[in-house]
Amino acid sequence: MIWNSVGDFFAMGGYALYVWGSFGICAFAFLAEPLLIKKRHSEIVQTLRRQALAEKLEMDNK
Amino acid sequence: MSNRLINWFKFASPHAFYPLAGKMIPIFWTLAALFGAAGLWLSFFVAPTDATQGEGYRIIFVHVPTSWMSMFIYLVMAGWAAMGLSLNARLSSMMAQALAPTGALMAFLSLWTGAFWGKPMWGTWWVWDARLTSELILFFLYLGFMSLQASIDDPRRADKAGAIVALVGVVNVPIIYFSVKWWNTLHQGASVSINKSPSMAMTMLWGMLLMALCLWMYSIAVALTRVRAIILEREAHTDWVKQLKEIKA
Repeated sequence: MIWNSVGDFFAMGGYALYVWGSFGICAFAFLAEPLLIKKRHSEIVQTLRRQALAEKLEMDNK
Repeated sequence: MSNRLINWFKFASPHAFYPLAGKMIPIFWTLAALFGAAGLWLSFFVAPTDATQGEGYRIIFVHVPTSWMSMFIYLVMAGWAAMGLSLNARLSSMMAQALAPTGALMAFLSLWTGAFWGKPMWGTWWVWDARLTSELILFFLYLGFMSLQASIDDPRRADKAGAIVALVGVVNVPIIYFSVKWWNTLHQGASVSINKSPSMAMTMLWGMLLMALCLWMYSIAVALTRVRAIILEREAHTDWVKQLKEIKA
């Protein structure tokens, strides 16, 4: 085993800022990007749904 | 023969591709998770401490894969853009559009992790070195492609203009790749090359390859999700979109 303790692991041999700064930004980016795209997809679905509903109501009223 | 051709072209229409992409996305997420778990395990618990860089070298496991992906996605994006331009295929242009933000993100992460590696090892966050500068230009090419497309209202014209920018920018990719050979730079040489055996422990190499595979699968999953949103946005007026069960009133 490379690490003697959990603290040892997080200390990264004195390179904690650099190693975790790199892995941290990547983890953040790879969580944020899919969430933003999901939001984009559900927004367009919502808009189209409202349009479809509006068209249907208009048809029904005729 | 003719049957196979028809099947290929069938999925070139947004109408046929939209549900297919929806089915493929979970597969790529699963693969990304598997490769990612294995890659992280190797990166932190199996790969040995580096003789000269101590634990600081572990940045390699995100730096190299993001850099590879930033270049590879650019080539794929330019390929789709070229196909959209030459065959006038809408879906190809949409694929190029869907890949650009992910490529830009990879280029940004490559620069960021590079800075966080350069600081402890070279003593500086940034130098105007051939490798770093050409990667920065790649990042700007992605941003240029995206902002140009966003600034043109007519989507088909935006596709054409974007494709030309993407294709001109392709010349930058070999410049990045070979920059460490062509110029005397601070950046170290290629970590992996075809014609000589890798200059690192096998476990390090495997960790890097697994992380690269993870990002590859991630990029496909994200690009497919984004292209589905783009398809809906751009095909909003069509009948097939109105007939989708998630939209139909």
